Amino acid sequence: MVKRSNWSIPYLVFMMVFVVLPLLLIVLYAFQDGAGHFTFSNITHFFSDSDSLSTFAVSIEVAIENTLICILLGYPAAWILANRKYNRSAVTVVLFLMPMWINALMRTLATAELFNMLGVALGKGTLLFGMVYDFLPFMIYPIYTTLMKMDKSYAEAAEDLGAAPWTVFWKITVPLSLPGVMSGVLMVFMPTVSTFAISEFLTNNKIKLFGTIIQENINSSMWNYGAALAFIMLVIIGITTLFQGSERGEVEGGLI
Amino acid sequence: MKKLFAKCYIWLLLAMLYAPLLFIAVFSFTESRVLGSWTGFSPRLYQNLFTGNVSGGAALISAVENTLVIALIAAAFSTVLGTVAAIGIFNLKGRAKRTMQFLNNIPMINPDIITGVSLFLLFVFLRFSQGYVTVVLAHITFCTPYVVLSVMPKLSQMNPNIYEAALDLGATPAQALWKVLVPELRPGMISGFMMAFTMSLDDFAVTFFTRGTIGLDTLSTYIYADARKGGLTPELRPLMTLIFLLVLVLLIIVNLRGSRTKNAIE
Repeated sequence: MVKRSNWSIPYLVFMMVFVVLPLLLIVLYAFQDGAGHFTFSNITHFFSDSDSLSTFAVSIEVAIENTLICILLGYPAAWILANRKYNRSAVTVVLFLMPMWINALMRTLATAELFNMLGVALGKGTLLFGMVYDFLPFMIYPIYTTLMKMDKSYAEAAEDLGAAPWTVFWKITVPLSLPGVMSGVLMVFMPTVSTFAISEFLTNNKIKLFGTIIQENINSSMWNYGAALAFIMLVIIGITTLFQGSERGEVEGGLI
Repeated sequence: MKKLFAKCYIWLLLAMLYAPLLFIAVFSFTESRVLGSWTGFSPRLYQNLFTGNVSGGAALISAVENTLVIALIAAAFSTVLGTVAAIGIFNLKGRAKRTMQFLNNIPMINPDIITGVSLFLLFVFLRFSQGYVTVVLAHITFCTPYVVLSVMPKLSQMNPNIYEAALDLGATPAQALWKVLVPELRPGMISGFMMAFTMSLDDFAVTFFTRGTIGLDTLSTYIYADARKGGLTPELRPLMTLIFLLVLVLLIIVNLRGSRTKNAIE
Protein backbone atom coordinates (compact mmCIF):
# COMPACT_ATOMS: atom_id res chain seq x y z
CA MET A 1 0.00 0.00 0.00
CA VAL A 2 2.93 2.28 -0.69
CA LYS A 3 1.33 4.82 -3.00
CA ARG A 4 -2.09 4.69 -1.38
CA SER A 5 -1.59 8.02 0.43
CA ASN A 6 -2.64 9.92 -2.70
CA TRP A 7 -6.08 8.32 -2.38
CA SER A 8 -6.84 11.07 0.10
CA ILE A 9 -6.60 13.69 -2.67
CA PRO A 10 -10.20 13.43 -3.98
CA TYR A 11 -11.54 13.90 -0.47
CA LEU A 12 -9.13 16.75 0.16
CA VAL A 13 -10.43 18.52 -2.97
CA PHE A 14 -14.02 17.78 -1.96
CA MET A 15 -13.50 19.20 1.53
CA MET A 16 -11.76 22.29 0.16
CA VAL A 17 -14.83 23.08 -1.94
CA PHE A 18 -17.60 21.98 0.44
CA VAL A 19 -16.12 22.56 3.89
CA VAL A 20 -13.29 25.10 3.83
CA LEU A 21 -14.52 27.45 1.11
CA PRO A 22 -18.06 27.70 2.61
CA LEU A 23 -16.62 28.60 6.02
CA LEU A 24 -14.41 31.24 4.40
CA LEU A 25 -17.51 32.57 2.67
CA ILE A 26 -19.22 33.02 6.06
CA VAL A 27 -16.27 35.20 7.09
CA LEU A 28 -16.30 37.05 3.75
CA TYR A 29 -20.04 37.81 3.84
CA ALA A 30 -19.89 38.73 7.52
CA PHE A 31 -17.48 41.55 6.71
CA GLN A 32 -19.25 42.86 3.62
CA ASP A 33 -22.18 45.16 3.10
CA GLY A 34 -24.91 44.43 0.55
CA ALA A 35 -22.86 45.96 -2.25
CA GLY A 36 -19.80 43.81 -1.50
CA HIS A 37 -17.65 46.45 0.21
CA PHE A 38 -15.61 45.63 3.28
CA THR A 39 -17.26 46.71 6.52
CA PHE A 40 -17.42 46.05 10.25
CA SER A 41 -20.99 47.29 10.45
CA ASN A 42 -22.59 43.81 10.65
CA ILE A 43 -20.56 42.94 13.70
CA THR A 44 -21.01 46.33 15.35
CA HIS A 45 -24.72 46.12 14.58
CA PHE A 46 -24.92 42.89 16.57
CA PHE A 47 -23.21 44.42 19.59
CA SER A 48 -25.42 47.51 19.53
CA ASP A 49 -28.73 45.76 18.83
CA SER A 50 -30.41 44.92 22.13
CA ASP A 51 -32.73 42.34 20.51
CA SER A 52 -29.86 40.31 19.05
CA LEU A 53 -27.88 40.58 22.27
CA SER A 54 -30.74 39.44 24.49
CA THR A 55 -31.49 36.53 22.14
CA PHE A 56 -27.84 35.61 22.36
CA ALA A 57 -27.88 35.78 26.16
CA VAL A 58 -31.05 33.70 26.39
CA SER A 59 -29.56 31.07 24.04
CA ILE A 60 -26.40 30.74 26.09
CA GLU A 61 -28.45 30.55 29.28
CA VAL A 62 -30.76 27.84 27.91
CA ALA A 63 -27.75 25.93 26.54
CA ILE A 64 -25.93 26.02 29.90
CA GLU A 65 -29.05 24.88 31.75
CA ASN A 66 -29.76 22.16 29.23
CA THR A 67 -26.16 20.89 29.38
CA LEU A 68 -26.18 20.81 33.18
CA ILE A 69 -29.51 18.97 33.38
CA CYS A 70 -28.29 16.49 30.76
CA ILE A 71 -25.14 15.80 32.82
CA LEU A 72 -27.12 15.45 36.06
CA LEU A 73 -29.65 13.06 34.52
CA GLY A 74 -27.34 11.38 32.03
CA TYR A 75 -24.28 10.60 34.14
CA PRO A 76 -26.08 8.31 36.62
CA ALA A 77 -27.89 6.64 33.73
CA ALA A 78 -24.64 6.02 31.84
CA TRP A 79 -23.01 4.75 35.04
CA ILE A 80 -25.83 2.31 35.73
CA LEU A 81 -25.85 1.13 32.11
CA ALA A 82 -22.09 0.56 32.14
CA ASN A 83 -22.20 -1.29 35.46
CA ARG A 84 -22.33 -5.04 35.13
CA LYS A 85 -24.08 -5.40 38.48
CA TYR A 86 -27.12 -3.47 37.32
CA ASN A 87 -27.31 -3.99 33.61
CA ARG A 88 -26.24 -6.87 31.41
CA SER A 89 -28.34 -6.16 28.39
CA ALA A 90 -27.19 -4.22 25.34
CA VAL A 91 -30.85 -3.69 24.42
CA THR A 92 -31.38 -1.21 27.29
CA VAL A 93 -28.55 0.90 25.87
CA VAL A 94 -30.13 0.73 22.43
CA LEU A 95 -33.45 1.86 23.90
CA PHE A 96 -31.74 5.04 25.07
CA LEU A 97 -30.22 5.67 21.68
CA MET A 98 -33.26 4.84 19.63
CA PRO A 99 -35.10 8.17 19.85
CA MET A 100 -32.15 9.65 17.92
CA TRP A 101 -33.30 7.67 14.89
CA ILE A 102 -36.79 9.15 14.95
CA ASN A 103 -37.28 12.47 13.22
CA ALA A 104 -36.35 15.13 15.78
CA LEU A 105 -38.98 17.59 14.57
CA MET A 106 -41.73 15.04 14.92
CA ARG A 107 -40.62 14.13 18.44
CA THR A 108 -40.51 17.80 19.38
CA LEU A 109 -43.96 18.44 17.98
CA ALA A 110 -45.31 15.46 19.86
CA THR A 111 -43.78 16.83 23.07
CA ALA A 112 -45.36 20.23 22.46
CA GLU A 113 -48.76 18.62 21.79
CA LEU A 114 -48.42 16.50 24.90
CA PHE A 115 -47.91 19.68 26.94
CA ASN A 116 -50.92 21.25 25.24
CA MET A 117 -53.08 18.30 26.15
CA LEU A 118 -51.88 18.33 29.75
CA GLY A 119 -52.66 22.04 29.91
CA VAL A 120 -49.06 23.14 30.50
CA ALA A 121 -48.41 26.61 29.10
CA LEU A 122 -45.59 26.66 26.54
CA GLY A 123 -42.60 28.71 27.66
CA LYS A 124 -39.17 28.44 29.23
CA GLY A 125 -40.00 25.31 31.22
CA THR A 126 -41.36 23.36 28.27
CA LEU A 127 -38.45 24.54 26.12
CA LEU A 128 -35.95 23.12 28.61
CA PHE A 129 -37.89 19.89 28.97
CA GLY A 130 -37.99 19.41 25.20
CA MET A 131 -34.29 20.25 24.86
CA VAL A 132 -33.31 17.73 27.54
CA TYR A 133 -35.54 15.23 25.86
CA ASP A 134 -33.84 15.79 22.49
CA PHE A 135 -30.25 15.91 23.69
CA LEU A 136 -30.08 13.47 26.63
CA PRO A 137 -29.05 10.49 24.42
CA PHE A 138 -26.11 12.55 23.10
CA MET A 139 -24.89 12.99 26.68
CA ILE A 140 -25.49 9.43 27.85
CA TYR A 141 -23.78 7.69 24.95
CA PRO A 142 -20.25 9.19 25.11
CA ILE A 143 -20.17 8.88 28.91
CA TYR A 144 -21.34 5.28 28.60
CA THR A 145 -18.61 4.40 26.07
CA THR A 146 -15.80 5.94 28.15
CA LEU A 147 -17.05 4.13 31.25
CA MET A 148 -17.13 0.86 29.31
CA LYS A 149 -13.60 1.35 27.96
CA MET A 150 -12.26 2.35 31.36
CA ASP A 151 -9.72 0.03 32.92
CA LYS A 152 -11.60 -1.46 35.88
CA SER A 153 -8.41 -2.44 37.70
CA TYR A 154 -7.85 1.14 38.90
CA ALA A 155 -11.13 1.06 40.81
CA GLU A 156 -10.37 -2.42 42.11
CA ALA A 157 -6.92 -1.35 43.26
CA ALA A 158 -8.41 1.61 45.12
CA GLU A 159 -10.93 -0.71 46.79
CA ASP A 160 -8.23 -3.16 47.78
CA LEU A 161 -6.27 -0.31 49.31
CA GLY A 162 -9.25 0.50 51.49
CA ALA A 163 -11.06 3.35 49.71
CA ALA A 164 -14.77 3.67 50.43
CA PRO A 165 -17.14 3.24 47.45
CA TRP A 166 -17.82 7.00 47.32
CA THR A 167 -14.12 7.81 47.35
CA VAL A 168 -13.55 5.34 44.52
CA PHE A 169 -16.35 6.96 42.57
CA TRP A 170 -15.16 10.57 43.06
CA LYS A 171 -11.43 10.00 42.85
CA ILE A 172 -11.25 7.28 40.19
CA THR A 173 -14.40 6.86 38.12
CA VAL A 174 -15.36 10.51 37.67
CA PRO A 175 -11.90 11.80 36.65
CA LEU A 176 -11.41 8.91 34.22
CA SER A 177 -14.79 9.50 32.60
CA LEU A 178 -14.31 13.25 32.09
CA PRO A 179 -13.36 12.91 28.40
CA GLY A 180 -16.78 11.31 27.81
CA VAL A 181 -18.51 14.13 29.69
CA MET A 182 -16.58 16.67 27.60
CA SER A 183 -17.64 15.15 24.29
CA GLY A 184 -21.19 14.98 25.63
CA VAL A 185 -21.01 18.70 26.45
CA LEU A 186 -19.74 19.41 22.95
CA MET A 187 -22.59 17.45 21.42
CA VAL A 188 -25.20 19.23 23.55
CA PHE A 189 -24.07 22.81 24.11
CA MET A 190 -23.54 24.31 20.64
CA PRO A 191 -26.41 22.40 19.01
CA THR A 192 -28.72 23.83 21.71
CA VAL A 193 -27.63 27.38 20.92
CA SER A 194 -28.18 26.84 17.22
CA THR A 195 -31.49 24.97 17.07
CA PHE A 196 -34.26 26.91 15.51
CA ALA A 197 -37.26 24.70 14.84
CA ILE A 198 -37.24 23.12 18.31
CA SER A 199 -37.47 26.40 20.21
CA GLU A 200 -40.15 27.71 17.86
CA PHE A 201 -42.37 24.69 18.45
CA LEU A 202 -41.83 24.32 22.18
CA THR A 203 -42.49 27.94 23.07
CA ASN A 204 -44.96 28.82 20.36
CA ASN A 205 -42.42 31.40 19.07
CA LYS A 206 -42.34 33.16 22.43
CA ILE A 207 -38.66 32.51 23.04
CA LYS A 208 -36.21 32.95 20.19
CA LEU A 209 -32.86 31.24 20.20
CA PHE A 210 -29.78 32.31 18.25
CA GLY A 211 -30.46 29.77 15.48
CA THR A 212 -33.84 31.35 14.81
CA ILE A 213 -32.44 34.81 14.16
CA ILE A 214 -29.76 33.40 11.86
CA GLN A 215 -32.48 31.58 9.94
CA GLU A 216 -34.74 34.63 9.79
CA ASN A 217 -31.96 36.84 8.42
CA ILE A 218 -30.83 34.34 5.80
CA ASN A 219 -34.39 33.67 4.70
CA SER A 220 -35.27 37.34 4.38
CA SER A 221 -32.17 37.82 2.17
CA MET A 222 -30.18 39.63 4.88
CA TRP A 223 -27.28 37.35 4.03
CA ASN A 224 -24.56 39.60 5.37
CA TYR A 225 -26.07 40.02 8.81
CA GLY A 226 -26.99 36.33 8.90
CA ALA A 227 -23.40 35.46 8.00
CA ALA A 228 -22.13 37.81 10.72
CA LEU A 229 -24.27 35.99 13.30
CA ALA A 230 -23.01 32.64 12.01
CA PHE A 231 -19.45 34.01 12.23
CA ILE A 232 -19.97 34.91 15.90
CA MET A 233 -21.11 31.34 16.49
CA LEU A 234 -18.06 29.98 14.66
CA VAL A 235 -15.80 32.00 16.95
CA ILE A 236 -17.50 30.47 20.01
CA ILE A 237 -17.21 26.97 18.55
CA GLY A 238 -13.52 27.61 17.93
CA ILE A 239 -13.03 28.63 21.56
CA THR A 240 -14.95 25.67 23.00
CA THR A 241 -13.09 23.16 20.82
CA LEU A 242 -9.75 24.61 21.89
CA PHE A 243 -10.77 23.89 25.47
CA GLN A 244 -11.90 20.46 24.54
CA GLY A 245 -8.71 19.08 22.98
CA SER A 246 -8.70 16.68 20.09
CA GLU A 247 -10.29 13.32 20.76
CA ARG A 248 -13.97 13.90 20.17
CA GLY A 249 -14.54 12.28 16.79
CA GLU A 250 -13.71 8.78 17.90
CA VAL A 251 -16.56 8.55 20.37
CA GLU A 252 -19.11 9.47 17.76
CA GLY A 253 -17.64 7.09 15.24
CA GLY A 254 -19.01 4.02 16.96
CA LEU A 255 -22.59 5.18 17.21
CA ILE A 256 -24.09 2.14 15.53
CA MET B 1 -32.38 -2.40 47.18
CA LYS B 2 -29.69 -0.42 45.35
CA LYS B 3 -30.33 -2.55 42.31
CA LEU B 4 -34.05 -1.84 42.44
CA PHE B 5 -33.36 1.88 42.70
CA ALA B 6 -31.00 1.75 39.69
CA LYS B 7 -33.56 -0.14 37.61
CA CYS B 8 -36.34 2.28 38.56
CA TYR B 9 -34.18 5.24 37.56
CA ILE B 10 -33.41 3.76 34.15
CA TRP B 11 -37.02 2.89 33.43
CA LEU B 12 -38.26 6.28 34.61
CA LEU B 13 -35.89 8.04 32.21
CA LEU B 14 -36.92 5.73 29.40
CA ALA B 15 -40.58 6.41 30.16
CA MET B 16 -39.90 10.12 29.89
CA LEU B 17 -38.05 9.71 26.60
CA TYR B 18 -40.74 7.56 25.10
CA ALA B 19 -43.86 9.35 26.36
CA PRO B 20 -44.22 11.61 23.30
CA LEU B 21 -43.58 8.72 20.89
CA LEU B 22 -46.19 6.63 22.66
CA PHE B 23 -48.54 9.57 22.53
CA ILE B 24 -48.22 9.72 18.72
CA ALA B 25 -48.69 5.97 18.43
CA VAL B 26 -51.89 5.98 20.51
CA PHE B 27 -53.41 8.85 18.59
CA SER B 28 -52.57 7.28 15.24
CA PHE B 29 -55.62 5.08 15.85
CA THR B 30 -58.17 7.85 15.89
CA GLU B 31 -59.39 10.07 13.07
CA SER B 32 -59.33 13.43 14.79
CA ARG B 33 -57.42 16.16 12.94
CA VAL B 34 -56.01 17.54 16.18
CA LEU B 35 -53.36 15.53 17.98
CA GLY B 36 -54.62 14.87 21.52
CA SER B 37 -58.37 14.64 21.06
CA TRP B 38 -59.71 11.08 20.94
CA THR B 39 -62.72 10.55 18.69
CA GLY B 40 -63.00 6.78 18.90
CA PHE B 41 -60.86 3.96 17.56
CA SER B 42 -60.35 3.91 13.80
CA PRO B 43 -57.71 2.52 11.42
CA ARG B 44 -58.67 5.17 8.83
CA LEU B 45 -55.37 7.07 8.98
CA TYR B 46 -53.44 3.87 8.24
CA GLN B 47 -55.76 3.12 5.30
CA ASN B 48 -55.32 6.66 3.99
CA LEU B 49 -51.57 6.36 4.24
CA PHE B 50 -51.44 3.12 2.25
CA THR B 51 -53.96 4.13 -0.39
CA GLY B 52 -52.25 7.50 -0.84
CA ASN B 53 -55.52 9.22 0.03
CA VAL B 54 -53.78 11.72 2.27
CA SER B 55 -55.44 15.01 3.15
CA GLY B 56 -52.26 16.93 2.36
CA GLY B 57 -52.40 15.54 -1.19
CA ALA B 58 -49.39 13.93 -2.85
CA ALA B 59 -47.00 16.26 -1.03
CA LEU B 60 -46.47 13.99 1.97
CA ILE B 61 -45.90 10.91 -0.18
CA SER B 62 -43.36 12.69 -2.37
CA ALA B 63 -41.64 14.09 0.73
CA VAL B 64 -41.18 10.53 2.03
CA GLU B 65 -39.84 9.41 -1.37
CA ASN B 66 -37.43 12.35 -1.54
CA THR B 67 -36.17 11.64 1.98
CA LEU B 68 -35.41 8.01 1.16
CA VAL B 69 -33.90 8.64 -2.29
CA ILE B 70 -31.68 11.49 -1.05
CA ALA B 71 -30.52 9.40 1.93
CA LEU B 72 -29.70 6.41 -0.31
CA ILE B 73 -27.75 8.45 -2.88
CA ALA B 74 -25.93 10.47 -0.22
CA ALA B 75 -25.05 7.36 1.82
CA ALA B 76 -23.80 5.49 -1.27
CA PHE B 77 -21.58 8.37 -2.45
CA SER B 78 -20.33 9.03 1.08
CA THR B 79 -19.41 5.37 1.53
CA VAL B 80 -17.29 5.31 -1.64
CA LEU B 81 -15.70 8.72 -1.06
CA GLY B 82 -15.17 8.04 2.64
CA THR B 83 -13.63 4.58 2.16
CA VAL B 84 -11.18 5.80 -0.50
CA ALA B 85 -10.37 8.77 1.74
CA ALA B 86 -9.84 6.54 4.79
CA ILE B 87 -7.36 4.37 2.88
CA GLY B 88 -5.54 7.52 1.76
CA ILE B 89 -5.51 9.12 5.22
CA PHE B 90 -4.39 5.87 6.84
CA ASN B 91 -1.29 5.85 4.61
CA LEU B 92 -0.47 9.48 5.24
CA LYS B 93 2.02 10.47 7.92
CA GLY B 94 2.69 13.29 10.34
CA ARG B 95 1.29 16.71 9.64
CA ALA B 96 -0.55 15.75 6.43
CA LYS B 97 -2.44 13.05 8.34
CA ARG B 98 -3.32 15.38 11.21
CA THR B 99 -4.52 18.05 8.79
CA MET B 100 -6.82 15.62 6.99
CA GLN B 101 -8.20 14.34 10.29
CA PHE B 102 -8.79 17.90 11.46
CA LEU B 103 -10.64 18.80 8.23
CA ASN B 104 -12.67 15.60 8.54
CA ASN B 105 -13.75 16.64 12.05
CA ILE B 106 -15.05 20.06 11.00
CA PRO B 107 -18.46 18.99 9.63
CA MET B 108 -19.02 16.88 12.74
CA ILE B 109 -18.23 19.70 15.18
CA ASN B 110 -20.18 22.35 13.29
CA PRO B 111 -23.81 22.63 14.30
CA ASP B 112 -26.21 21.90 11.43
CA ILE B 113 -27.11 25.51 11.02
CA ILE B 114 -23.49 26.52 10.34
CA THR B 115 -23.11 23.74 7.77
CA GLY B 116 -26.42 24.78 6.22
CA VAL B 117 -25.71 28.51 6.08
CA SER B 118 -22.14 28.02 4.83
CA LEU B 119 -23.25 25.72 2.00
CA PHE B 120 -26.11 28.09 1.18
CA LEU B 121 -23.54 30.90 0.77
CA LEU B 122 -21.35 28.59 -1.34
CA PHE B 123 -24.15 27.87 -3.79
CA VAL B 124 -25.13 31.53 -3.89
CA PHE B 125 -21.50 32.49 -4.47
CA LEU B 126 -21.04 29.97 -7.28
CA ARG B 127 -24.46 30.92 -8.76
CA PHE B 128 -25.42 27.26 -8.57
CA SER B 129 -29.22 26.95 -8.67
CA GLN B 130 -30.40 25.14 -5.55
CA GLY B 131 -32.52 22.02 -5.53
CA TYR B 132 -32.12 18.26 -5.50
CA VAL B 133 -28.43 18.26 -6.49
CA THR B 134 -27.39 20.81 -3.89
CA VAL B 135 -29.24 18.94 -1.14
CA VAL B 136 -27.49 15.69 -2.09
CA LEU B 137 -24.08 17.42 -2.21
CA ALA B 138 -24.74 18.98 1.20
CA HIS B 139 -25.73 15.63 2.67
CA ILE B 140 -22.57 13.98 1.28
CA THR B 141 -20.59 16.74 2.98
CA PHE B 142 -21.86 16.01 6.48
CA CYS B 143 -22.15 12.21 6.03
CA THR B 144 -18.68 11.34 4.70
CA PRO B 145 -16.77 12.10 7.94
CA TYR B 146 -18.74 9.38 9.71
CA VAL B 147 -17.79 6.85 7.00
CA VAL B 148 -14.12 7.82 7.29
CA LEU B 149 -14.30 7.32 11.06
CA SER B 150 -15.91 3.90 10.81
CA VAL B 151 -13.52 2.59 8.13
CA MET B 152 -10.31 3.82 9.81
CA PRO B 153 -10.37 1.33 12.73
CA LYS B 154 -10.76 -1.57 10.28
CA LEU B 155 -7.62 -0.43 8.45
CA SER B 156 -5.58 -0.38 11.61
CA GLN B 157 -6.89 -3.80 12.69
CA MET B 158 -6.01 -5.30 9.32
CA ASN B 159 -2.77 -7.17 8.75
CA PRO B 160 -1.00 -5.12 6.03
CA ASN B 161 0.95 -8.19 4.89
CA ILE B 162 -2.04 -9.96 3.37
CA TYR B 163 -2.40 -7.22 0.77
CA GLU B 164 1.32 -7.48 -0.07
CA ALA B 165 1.01 -11.27 -0.11
CA ALA B 166 -1.78 -11.08 -2.68
CA LEU B 167 0.43 -8.89 -4.86
CA ASP B 168 3.42 -11.27 -4.45
CA LEU B 169 1.22 -14.19 -5.41
CA GLY B 170 0.46 -12.49 -8.71
CA ALA B 171 -2.75 -10.56 -8.07
CA THR B 172 -3.02 -7.27 -9.95
CA PRO B 173 -3.47 -4.22 -7.68
CA ALA B 174 -7.15 -4.07 -8.72
CA GLN B 175 -7.68 -7.73 -7.80
CA ALA B 176 -5.89 -7.29 -4.50
CA LEU B 177 -8.12 -4.32 -3.80
CA TRP B 178 -11.40 -6.11 -4.53
CA LYS B 179 -10.54 -9.54 -3.18
CA VAL B 180 -8.45 -8.60 -0.14
CA LEU B 181 -8.87 -5.01 0.93
CA VAL B 182 -12.62 -4.50 0.41
CA PRO B 183 -13.70 -7.68 2.24
CA GLU B 184 -11.55 -6.66 5.21
CA LEU B 185 -13.08 -3.20 5.29
CA ARG B 186 -16.65 -4.27 4.63
CA PRO B 187 -17.95 -4.18 8.26
CA GLY B 188 -16.67 -0.61 8.62
CA MET B 189 -18.14 0.37 5.26
CA ILE B 190 -21.52 -1.06 6.21
CA SER B 191 -21.70 0.70 9.56
CA GLY B 192 -20.48 3.89 7.86
CA PHE B 193 -23.23 3.54 5.26
CA MET B 194 -25.83 3.02 7.98
CA MET B 195 -24.60 6.06 9.91
CA ALA B 196 -24.65 8.20 6.78
CA PHE B 197 -28.12 6.95 5.87
CA THR B 198 -29.59 7.76 9.28
CA MET B 199 -27.85 11.14 9.51
CA SER B 200 -29.31 12.05 6.14
CA LEU B 201 -32.80 10.81 7.06
CA ASP B 202 -32.84 12.88 10.23
CA ASP B 203 -31.44 16.08 8.80
CA PHE B 204 -33.53 19.20 8.83
CA ALA B 205 -31.39 22.35 9.02
CA VAL B 206 -28.95 21.58 6.18
CA THR B 207 -31.75 20.56 3.83
CA PHE B 208 -33.72 23.63 4.82
CA PHE B 209 -30.93 25.97 3.66
CA THR B 210 -29.84 24.13 0.52
CA ARG B 211 -33.11 23.07 -1.10
CA GLY B 212 -33.68 26.42 -2.84
CA THR B 213 -37.09 27.69 -3.78
CA ILE B 214 -38.28 24.98 -6.18
CA GLY B 215 -40.58 23.44 -3.55
CA LEU B 216 -38.44 20.39 -2.84
CA ASP B 217 -39.53 18.83 0.47
CA THR B 218 -38.11 16.06 2.61
CA LEU B 219 -40.05 14.67 5.55
CA SER B 220 -38.37 17.14 7.93
CA THR B 221 -39.02 20.26 5.88
CA TYR B 222 -42.56 19.03 5.17
CA ILE B 223 -43.26 18.64 8.89
CA TYR B 224 -41.75 22.06 9.61
CA ALA B 225 -43.90 23.80 7.01
CA ASP B 226 -46.94 21.80 8.09
CA ALA B 227 -46.52 22.74 11.75
CA ARG B 228 -46.04 26.42 10.94
CA LYS B 229 -49.29 26.40 8.98
CA GLY B 230 -50.86 25.11 12.19
CA GLY B 231 -52.26 21.61 12.45
CA LEU B 232 -50.20 18.61 11.42
CA THR B 233 -51.38 16.34 8.62
CA PRO B 234 -53.01 13.54 10.67
CA GLU B 235 -51.48 10.82 8.47
CA LEU B 236 -48.06 11.75 9.86
CA ARG B 237 -49.09 9.95 13.06
CA PRO B 238 -49.39 6.45 11.56
CA LEU B 239 -46.34 7.15 9.39
CA MET B 240 -44.21 8.02 12.43
CA THR B 241 -45.56 5.05 14.37
CA LEU B 242 -44.56 2.69 11.56
CA ILE B 243 -41.09 4.22 11.20
CA PHE B 244 -40.67 3.94 14.97
CA LEU B 245 -41.61 0.24 14.97
CA LEU B 246 -39.35 -0.47 11.99
CA VAL B 247 -36.35 1.19 13.65
CA LEU B 248 -37.04 -0.59 16.95
CA VAL B 249 -37.19 -4.02 15.31
CA LEU B 250 -34.10 -3.38 13.15
CA LEU B 251 -31.99 -2.15 16.06
CA ILE B 252 -32.97 -5.02 18.30
CA ILE B 253 -32.20 -7.58 15.58
CA VAL B 254 -28.83 -5.98 14.81
CA ASN B 255 -27.91 -5.90 18.49
CA LEU B 256 -29.04 -9.41 19.32
CA ARG B 257 -27.10 -10.76 16.33
CA GLY B 258 -24.10 -8.67 17.35
CA SER B 259 -24.07 -9.99 20.91
CA ARG B 260 -24.64 -13.57 19.72
CA THR B 261 -21.62 -13.51 17.39
CA LYS B 262 -19.61 -11.94 20.19
CA ASN B 263 -20.65 -14.73 22.55
CA ALA B 264 -19.81 -17.34 19.91
CA ILE B 265 -16.30 -15.93 19.57
CA GLU B 266 -15.79 -15.89 23.31
